[in-house]
Amino acid sequence: MSENGVVLRLEDLHVYYGGIHALKGINFEVPAGKIIALIGANGAGKSTTLRSIAGLVRPRRGKIQFLGRDITGLPAHDIVKNGIAMVPEGRRIFPNLTVMENLALGHYIRMDAEGIRRDLEWVYTIFPRLKERSWQRGGTLSGGEQQMLAVARALMSNPKLLMMDEPSLGLAPLLVKEIFNVISEINRRGTTILLIEQNAKAALEVAQHGYVLETGKVTLDGEGKALLNDEKVRKAYLGEE
Amino acid sequence: MGRVKPGPSSDKGYNMTLVTFFQQLLNGVSLGSLYSLLAIGYTLVYGILGLINFAHSDVFMLGTYFTFFVIGIFVLPWWLSVVIAMGLCALVGMTIERVAYRPLRSAPRISALITAVGVSFFIQNLGLVTVGARPKGFPRPELMENVYSLFGIRIQGVVVWVPIISGVILLFLLYIIYRTKTGMAMRAVAKDMEATRLMGVNVDRIILYTFALGSAIAAAGGAMWAARYPQINPLMGIFPGWKAFTAAVVGGIGNVVGAMIGGMIIGIAEIMIPAAFPGLTGYRDAFVFAILIGFLLIKPSGILGEAQKEKV
Repeated sequence: MSENGVVLRLEDLHVYYGGIHALKGINFEVPAGKIIALIGANGAGKSTTLRSIAGLVRPRRGKIQFLGRDITGLPAHDIVKNGIAMVPEGRRIFPNLTVMENLALGHYIRMDAEGIRRDLEWVYTIFPRLKERSWQRGGTLSGGEQQMLAVARALMSNPKLLMMDEPSLGLAPLLVKEIFNVISEINRRGTTILLIEQNAKAALEVAQHGYVLETGKVTLDGEGKALLNDEKVRKAYLGEE
Repeated sequence: MGRVKPGPSSDKGYNMTLVTFFQQLLNGVSLGSLYSLLAIGYTLVYGILGLINFAHSDVFMLGTYFTFFVIGIFVLPWWLSVVIAMGLCALVGMTIERVAYRPLRSAPRISALITAVGVSFFIQNLGLVTVGARPKGFPRPELMENVYSLFGIRIQGVVVWVPIISGVILLFLLYIIYRTKTGMAMRAVAKDMEATRLMGVNVDRIILYTFALGSAIAAAGGAMWAARYPQINPLMGIFPGWKAFTAAVVGGIGNVVGAMIGGMIIGIAEIMIPAAFPGLTGYRDAFVFAILIGFLLIKPSGILGEAQKEKV
């Protein structure tokens, strides 16, 4: 990896929605091979941060560097080609397409048939249910299966950085546990992960490092476990007194 | 508008025999397949952009003129002229998207709709200025002039060949949409544009392909329409356009197979109802729109359309 093993670096990122100043100068780094969690309340700018990295939102000021390259303002499809995949909030699988086709869109940009085959096999070993249902339409899957499909689909682009927006949202507790196991599993295989979560506790337990966002700014950062024990974090995000 | 009488039964008002019934039915299938070809373009664009592309019927008109001029100027065979016209119309369709619709992609839908009406007027009037309002006689290809005889039913070439050629085009279209990577991306864009972007798909390019595909098919429809009704003028697209749009709505707008079915229903109804009730021949266009109103009242989502949930 480039420059001291940092995969992604945001420098003074400002994003506006019309007149609303959504991100007010975000700075952070994602080191290679790690799981990084972004936590914060609703409207703190977590999703906007991911969306601007993915190229869905154009930042007004600041810089996004990926593997030493400046990717600020590139269109979303070029960012995927650079090696960033995103699991969007609310899964956003294609309900009218089969599971197979959903995965095929995941590797839309790839040409290496051999690598695609290998990754498909790997994805099917993590999510055996998807293999059983490969001919079903995405819309017929249960919520948990759809979330698995959304993750699998993102993995099929063979990303260097996988971003996940609220992967546990709306899932039953047992599935939440499963999805966090999967996140660790994907990370062990060498993919760097940037995670947004409402479920701050679960996120900080798997993450090596966490950033706390408040109204468009990073206000706190530290090791996952350390943040988990931080009094301010416990009060604000873990609902403890 | 040049229009051929639907058949002998509408002349005198005698009862339909079995032979005329089948003649009329085939005639309706032939007309219906043309509506299907035209309806595809409406449904493809609506499926992806939620936009009623009013200019589509004028691309259809341009298809007939391109075919007309390519035949006249380069003295090429009919089929090759149609292929060239399809290519030219694909370019026109892409240009319309790029110039008129793309800048309004994030604007309110009504702005794009009004723009579509504007583009339509623009093309019609451009046609009036450049080629004039006087209808031109379209040279009927020999293939369409032949008369065939099947079990004692005499049928014109145009009635036989139009559905066959249309069928081949529609199969080819289904192949593109359901069996190719680009087609898969089209279906994905239609469902969720942003999620498709996240897959690394260049959505703008897919939208251009969609316009190219719909326009090329409209051109083929136009060329065959002119073989059926061999008088062409710059406003000739309007009525077939409305009816094809009706067909797309009846079939379930946004659904490609629905557009094909809708086209057939409209075409067959337009021929068969006046054939069965010769006294009502003057109302043939009214029947088509009565079907539309009926569907809008009873099943507004159309035959194959799903009740649309508002995308959030």
